[in-house]
Amino acid sequence: NCQSSIPSHGKSLQDKNARPLSLSGHVGFDSLPHQLVNKSTCQGFCFNILCIGETGIGKSTLMDTLFNTNFENFESSHFEPKVKLRAQTYDLQESNVRLKLTIVNTVGFGDQMNKQESYQHVVDYIDTQFESYLQEELKIKRSLHNYHDSRIHACLYFIAPSGHSLKSLDLVTMKKLDSKVNIIPVIAKADTISKSELHKFKIKIMSELVSNGVQIYQFPTDDETVSKINTAMNGILPFAVVGSSEEVKIGNKMVKARQYPWGVVQVENENHCDFVKLREMLICVNMEDLREQTHTRHYELYRRCKLEEMGFTDTNPESKPVSLQETYEAKRHEFLGDLQRREEEMRQMFVQRVKEKETELKEAERELQGKFEQLKRLHSEEKSKLDEKRRSLEDEINTFSKKKAAAELLQGQSFNTNANLKKDKDRKK
Amino acid sequence: ISEFEPPEWHKVEVVTPCPTESHGLQGTIKGHDLFGYVGIEAVLDQMRRKTMKAGFEFNIMVVGQSGLGKSTLVNTLFKSKVSRKSCSPNYEEKISKTVKLQSVSHVIEEKGVKMKLTVIDTPGFGDQINNENCWEPIVSYVNEQYERYLKEELYVNRKPRIPDTRVHCCVYFLPATGHWLRPIDVEFMKRLGKIVSIVPIIAKADTLTMEERQEFKQRIRQDLNANGIRVYPQTEYDEDPEDRILNDKIRENIPFAVVGTDKEHQVNGNKVLGRKTKWGIIEVENVAHCEFTNLRDLLIRSHLQDLKDVTHNIHYETFRVRRLNESNLTVHGLALILESPPESDLQYTVANTATASCFYSIL
Repeated sequence: NCQSSIPSHGKSLQDKNARPLSLSGHVGFDSLPHQLVNKSTCQGFCFNILCIGETGIGKSTLMDTLFNTNFENFESSHFEPKVKLRAQTYDLQESNVRLKLTIVNTVGFGDQMNKQESYQHVVDYIDTQFESYLQEELKIKRSLHNYHDSRIHACLYFIAPSGHSLKSLDLVTMKKLDSKVNIIPVIAKADTISKSELHKFKIKIMSELVSNGVQIYQFPTDDETVSKINTAMNGILPFAVVGSSEEVKIGNKMVKARQYPWGVVQVENENHCDFVKLREMLICVNMEDLREQTHTRHYELYRRCKLEEMGFTDTNPESKPVSLQETYEAKRHEFLGDLQRREEEMRQMFVQRVKEKETELKEAERELQGKFEQLKRLHSEEKSKLDEKRRSLEDEINTFSKKKAAAELLQGQSFNTNANLKKDKDRKK
Repeated sequence: ISEFEPPEWHKVEVVTPCPTESHGLQGTIKGHDLFGYVGIEAVLDQMRRKTMKAGFEFNIMVVGQSGLGKSTLVNTLFKSKVSRKSCSPNYEEKISKTVKLQSVSHVIEEKGVKMKLTVIDTPGFGDQINNENCWEPIVSYVNEQYERYLKEELYVNRKPRIPDTRVHCCVYFLPATGHWLRPIDVEFMKRLGKIVSIVPIIAKADTLTMEERQEFKQRIRQDLNANGIRVYPQTEYDEDPEDRILNDKIRENIPFAVVGTDKEHQVNGNKVLGRKTKWGIIEVENVAHCEFTNLRDLLIRSHLQDLKDVTHNIHYETFRVRRLNESNLTVHGLALILESPPESDLQYTVANTATASCFYSIL
């Protein structure tokens, strides 16, 4: 179950309506925590860590060392134009506990010439995970208990071991993130600082954080079982860590260490660095609290802000309580009204256009008709002219043929006469 | 309860596929060997501690005619006077004219685990001459609790812990007639079975012999099946084969035949809870006599958390879906308005709608 089914702590069960009662025998509900834990064990746990730090500061190595495995990361270049985030999810198992671990690393953080936008991608990523969860929570058909929780539970901020103070990028970034995620600052590559310098460095860092109002994660001190160790650890922050995947032989054991010509820095030696403390605090003692704080504090804050931004409130202007549903319905009404109005507008526009086109077409038609009439007139005029001409021509032809006929007749007669005359002449000869 | 094994070097299983990386998105999962102790299993203890500190709420409703021993049974289950009868100063055994629901809450503690137990009683149920619709007040009550929870859940400013008054379990008392389910039983369980986890029991089972009991149970199971009534533990909600095997065993045995009492007697030198009669002492916690311990184990020792989970993850969610749909929310619900539609899409949709309707009007 990646979403905690534990009732969030807040008010205790004390209620004016519930009287305390004593039991006269063993009932058996003391097994409840075990029932709950068994269920969660079957479903598995989720834990998401965000590592922010400059390229090469040792984020991946520390993760490998922390989880005692090799996550197969590769070196990033220093020439990333923008800060990116790389998230990878792993299935880990220890005895019967299955952990779905997601490690998100920043890529190219602090490498740019202009670092003004560096933190924005990180903030956006964190917000996106919250948004995702919120969306799921607001769905009608939702399945929260199966949901793969991708919200960041812990943010390890890697501070460069300068020995002096925090960089301005560090302060700005942490300030932007402190209300969104549990920040645990660590001093990376702590083997480059001597013990005395380290002590001064830690004090300087903590005072800078306090004076800038940066709220880092405080290990909880309300539970007696762990309050002592948590209080002590709160005073040792930030943890000075060294990471290593290599092993060196010390005595007759192989230990994780870094070998130098002047000595060996042992990762798990508490005199050498605070690695063991970090592992203790992050995983063994407070993992559940980190998850709970993320859900009950950071997520709730995000949700509240987001909903208020959208115009949802619990009370309307007259201070009467208003349900999310009512607000939603009002908004939906508004939205639909808006849609309808725009549809109507578009419709009017369309009708208008059509009308215009119609008139245009009618105009054109009329013009065409006019032209047609004119042509027709011309045509009939021409026709009558032609008819007249034809008639006169016919008349001429008639006259001519008459003349011709007359002429032929005459010719024929004269020929006949001539022929008769000739006959007569011949006879007379 | 197992203690953890002391931390030692654990070799771990590898679960395949390969990792991918993408900007700002989750990669796929890759299993890894842990080369040594990490301390992940400590999270179990952390969880246990936190839940113990926060405490639990459990709300149980008892339904049945008067005289079936509801109050006694609840007192016996929780080994204290938790029923309303036992703590109202002016309680009078009267048949009420209508079904009125009354709840009473107590905080009980055992070995550091605090539980706020609320027992909801339904006096008047099935007691009238005309019992038609006697389940309605009960259905309303159950839905009202869901409604209350939903309302709290939807607030912008939410409480860090939403008070849970939802009914986690409804114990339905069947009189030990030995025959079949009565119409009122069928009607009630049919309706309530859809919205809450019902655990039917045979009340005052000391009037049945073992054979009669077995037969009665079988008939009841047949009747339940025939009427499509789903009782707890419902087969659909079995999460894995292990669960199924466990729950099948329970399902073969329901309804449990119980006897309740708060009196103790001496049997073989031991003090036992029992009912003394002239023909013997019926030991409540003796499995040979009655199935009280089975019921107690089911409700409290093994399935308490499951009852709450089923109520929260299934019954409540079903209610929520229905309720949100009723108030005309679209399929994507509230999530829809978190993302206002992009301008271009809107125009496209509007334009298309306008075109279509205009086209027809011009034709």
